[in-house]
Amino acid sequence: MADNLSTSFSKSAMSEEELRKTNQEQKRQIIAFALMIFLTLLAFVAVGAELIPASFAIPFILILAFIQLFLQLLYFMHLKDKDHGWANAFMASGMVIAIPVIAALMLLIGVVKY
Amino acid sequence: MGHAVDTSKGLPPHPERATLEGKNKFLGFWFFLGGETVLFATFFGTYLGLRNGVADGPTAAEIFQLPLVFIMTMLLLTSSLTSVLAMYAMKKNKFKAMIAWLWVTVLLGLGFLGMEIYEFYEYSVHYGLGYTTSAFASSFYTLVGLHGAHVVFGLSWIICLLIRYRRSGITLTNAPKFYVASLYWHFIDVVWVFIFTVVYLMGIGG
Repeated sequence: MADNLSTSFSKSAMSEEELRKTNQEQKRQIIAFALMIFLTLLAFVAVGAELIPASFAIPFILILAFIQLFLQLLYFMHLKDKDHGWANAFMASGMVIAIPVIAALMLLIGVVKY
Repeated sequence: MGHAVDTSKGLPPHPERATLEGKNKFLGFWFFLGGETVLFATFFGTYLGLRNGVADGPTAAEIFQLPLVFIMTMLLLTSSLTSVLAMYAMKKNKFKAMIAWLWVTVLLGLGFLGMEIYEFYEYSVHYGLGYTTSAFASSFYTLVGLHGAHVVFGLSWIICLLIRYRRSGITLTNAPKFYVASLYWHFIDVVWVFIFTVVYLMGIGG
């Protein structure tokens, strides 16, 4: 207990099954990363090459950003894992407050016309 | 501690949350990240409100360069992957691999930071976009600078951990610390995704 908090371990206590699952998960992480790179490329190409009309480009890149947000949160930051209930609750409340904050600031500053 | 952890078989599969202290750090850190989300939202909201107020200074479309932002994005996205790989090494009790991946993360982060400093230098010296030039300039430097400050803090944090625990192996004391630092690094990456979308791509494209 308290005495082995600062001693290192010679081996992992992971069972074969757990190790297999961990390796599988790691592979999924790399796929998620490849997807993120693809989405980023798509966003840069959409704006840089002007392939799509400007009116559609902004909602398009915003959607891509939100997909990336969820890939990062769910896969890289493990929010999809079973024992992350409270972590999810905290992060979700932060994001729920963030949206009206952004909208309100944009509108308020826009109305005053600096 | 009074909180028994079975360590007889070796490092527990989730060393970052095996102890009560680790669990508390984990929960507290997510609470902090929820708050950070709101903090960044206020800066984003302000930027979006002010970004067309360019006064007599240059506009976003005149100064932003896609290739530079693209390379910065790639560096930061890749560093997010390397810190994920470091955490898998940690769970498997591979200390050397974890340390190596974290150093790669630090190097990528430093590359990002160097390019951001170069970028700010270019804007202020060659394009005449000082902090007080326009409402756009102030809100741009404040938002992107706040993110840059987070990068500096995250890098210092990880480097401190790497030096402090350079030979210790993975223990139940340092595993939560490494894990939480890596969560912070991912969060920085998530914020950057919105910065390159909202500030740079929207600045150029609309």
